[in-house]
Amino acid sequence: MSMAATQVVRSEWTKIRSVASTVWTLGLAVVVTLALGMLIAALSKNEYDTMDERDRLAFDPTFTSFAGMSLGQLAMIVFGVLVVANEYSSGMIRTSLAAVPRRGTFLFSKVAVATLLALVVSMVTSFAAFFLGQAMLGHLKASIGDAGVLRAVIGGGLYMTLITMFSMGVAAMLRSPMLSLGILMPFFFLISNILGSVDATEKVGRFLPDQAGSKIMQVVPPLDDDTPYGPWGGLGILALWVVAALLGGYLVLKRRDA
Amino acid sequence: MIEAVGLTKRYGDKTAVHNLSFQVRPGAVTGFLGPNGSGKSTTMRMILGLDNPTAGHVTISGHPYRQLPNAPRHVGALLDAKAVHGGRSARNHLLSLAQLSGIPARRVDEVLGVVGLQEVAGKRSKGFSLGMGQRLGIAAALLGDPQVLLFDEPVNGLDPEGILWVRNLMKALAAEGRTVFVSSHLMSEMALTADHLIVIGRGQLLADMSVTDFISANSADFARVRTPGTEPQAREKLTSALTEAGGHVMPEQDGALRVTGLPLPRISDIAHEAGVRLWELSPHQASLEEAYMRMTQGVVDYRSTDDQKAGLHQVPPPGAGPAVPVPGQGQPGWYAPPPPQQGGPLFAPPPGPYGAPQPNPYAQPAPQGQGPGQPAAAPVTADRTEPEDPR
Repeated sequence: MSMAATQVVRSEWTKIRSVASTVWTLGLAVVVTLALGMLIAALSKNEYDTMDERDRLAFDPTFTSFAGMSLGQLAMIVFGVLVVANEYSSGMIRTSLAAVPRRGTFLFSKVAVATLLALVVSMVTSFAAFFLGQAMLGHLKASIGDAGVLRAVIGGGLYMTLITMFSMGVAAMLRSPMLSLGILMPFFFLISNILGSVDATEKVGRFLPDQAGSKIMQVVPPLDDDTPYGPWGGLGILALWVVAALLGGYLVLKRRDA
Repeated sequence: MIEAVGLTKRYGDKTAVHNLSFQVRPGAVTGFLGPNGSGKSTTMRMILGLDNPTAGHVTISGHPYRQLPNAPRHVGALLDAKAVHGGRSARNHLLSLAQLSGIPARRVDEVLGVVGLQEVAGKRSKGFSLGMGQRLGIAAALLGDPQVLLFDEPVNGLDPEGILWVRNLMKALAAEGRTVFVSSHLMSEMALTADHLIVIGRGQLLADMSVTDFISANSADFARVRTPGTEPQAREKLTSALTEAGGHVMPEQDGALRVTGLPLPRISDIAHEAGVRLWELSPHQASLEEAYMRMTQGVVDYRSTDDQKAGLHQVPPPGAGPAVPVPGQGQPGWYAPPPPQQGGPLFAPPPGPYGAPQPNPYAQPAPQGQGPGQPAAAPVTADRTEPEDPR
C-alpha cells in the first residue's frame, strides 16, 4: 500500500469510528440477527414434531439458526449506505476529494475500512448465531464439526460482508442515502423474495445477490433442489454483483462533478 | 499562483462560467467578487478539481489540481462551512482531514486554537452556529500550512470580531508570501481586505485590477452643490457656468448637483460670479460599493421585486390608492449614475427623473473619461446597457 493509501485508510477509520451511526447500525445488525435466529430456532424445534417426513428430511438446523440474517442484513445495508452516502448528504465529499484528488484511492480506501469492520462484525455474528441457534434447537442441533457446517458458518459471515459491500457500491452510484435505502430496502426485503417464490421468475430470482449468496449457508439442500450452482458458486455470483456495483460507483465518482 | 485560461463550465444549456481567464498571484489577497449565482463557487470548485471544466483549464503552481503532488499540503480550501458530518466532533473532523494529508495530530489542536474553537472541540458540529462552522472550515483550510489558500465567502455568519479576525488572518497569510483567493459578494469587505480584485458577473470577467486602481477608477471625489429649490433657473445657470469652467456636472435625483473636476473654493467663486446662492457645498467620495453595484447591475441573476402583498390586504379605503412611483427611485436594480468623469453613453442616466427638456451635457462621451478600469470592463458592454434581465 502506498503512503497515500495508508493515510486515507487511517483517515477513513477516524471517520467511521467517530459517528454514532456506526455503533447503532452494526449493533442493531448483531442483536436482530441473534435474537431473531434464536426465536426461529426455538419455534422450529416445537414445530418439528408436527412436520411430515419430507419436511423432516429437508430440515436444516444450521440454516435455521441464520434465519435472523434476513432482517439483520438490512441493518448492515444501512451501515454500508451511510458510510458512503453521508459524504454526499453532508457535503463532506468536496472536502474529502479536495484532500484526496485521486478518487479511486478515496473510494476504495473507504470501502476497505468499512468492509474490514463489517467482516469482523459479520463473522462474530455468524458464529454467535450458529451456537445460540443450536442451543435453542436442543436434540435437533448440528455440530460445527459436521460436514459442511463450518463452511456454512464462515459463509454466513462472508455473505453479510458482501451484502454490505454491495450496498456501498450502490450508494456510490446513487450518491444519496435516502435514494439508496429507498431502493435497497424494498429490493432485499420484498422484491427478491417475491421473485424467488413465483415459479415464472424463480429462475431469474435465484441469480439475485441475496438469493445466490445465501446458498452458502445451507447444509441440507431442499428436496427438489435444481439450483444450477453450489454454495461457493452462489457466493461467487454475489461477489460478481459486488464487483459490478463498486465498479459502477467508481466510474460515477471518477466521471461526475462532486 | 493560480492560473485560469479560458475556463468555461456549462450545466446543460446554462453557462455558469464563460471563458474566464485570470491569475492569482502569491503575496497578495485577491478578492473574487460577483453577485449571487455569478459563478464564483463553480470557479472555486474547478480550481480544486471537483468539477471538470467544459473548456479551458486551471492550474495551481503549474499543475492541474488532480495532478498536484501532495495537494492537501499545498492547497487549503474553505468551500462550504456546512460541509461536515454533523454527528462528528470538530476535533475528529479535523483529525480525519489531517490523517488524509499525513499531518501530525497535534496540528489539529493548534488550528483549533487559531480559530478559537478549543472549547467546543469535542462537541458534535451539528450544534454549531454558522459562524462556528466558518471557523471550523477555516481551521480545515489552515491544517496543512498550505502555500495556496481558497476561501469561499469566509465571513458569512461571522460576528464583527470574527470578521476583523478573518480580515487580519487573510492579510497575514498573504504577507507571508502565500496565495490567498477570497470570494465575496460584499465589495465593502473586499475593499478592506484585498489587494487585488477579480470581478465576475454571469460567469464572465468584468474587472481584473488592483484595489487601488479600482478605487481611482470608480470612486472619484465629487462635490455636492445645492441651489435653492425655489429657483430652478439658478440651477441651470450654475450648471452652465460650472461646465464652462471645465467642471462636470450631473444632476442628482433630489435636485442637487454632483460636480467633479473643480475644487470646492473654485465652485464657490463661480457661483458667486454667476450670482447664484448655494444651500449646500460639500465634499463627497462615491463608495466602492456603489461602483461595484453599478458594474454588476446588468448582470445580477437574482433580483428582488417589490412585495405587492396581493390578496393579503382588504380593499384600500377610497383615496388611498397606491403611490405613483417616481421614475428611477425605489426601483430595484437601479443605482445612482457614476461620477461624471466616468461619463459616456455607457453610463447615460436613464431618462425620466431629470425632466426631458433639460440639456444633458453627458450625451457625448467625455474625452478624459477613460479611467484605468475601462478596458478591463469592456467585455460586458452589451450587458450593461440593458439593466433588466432579458430572460
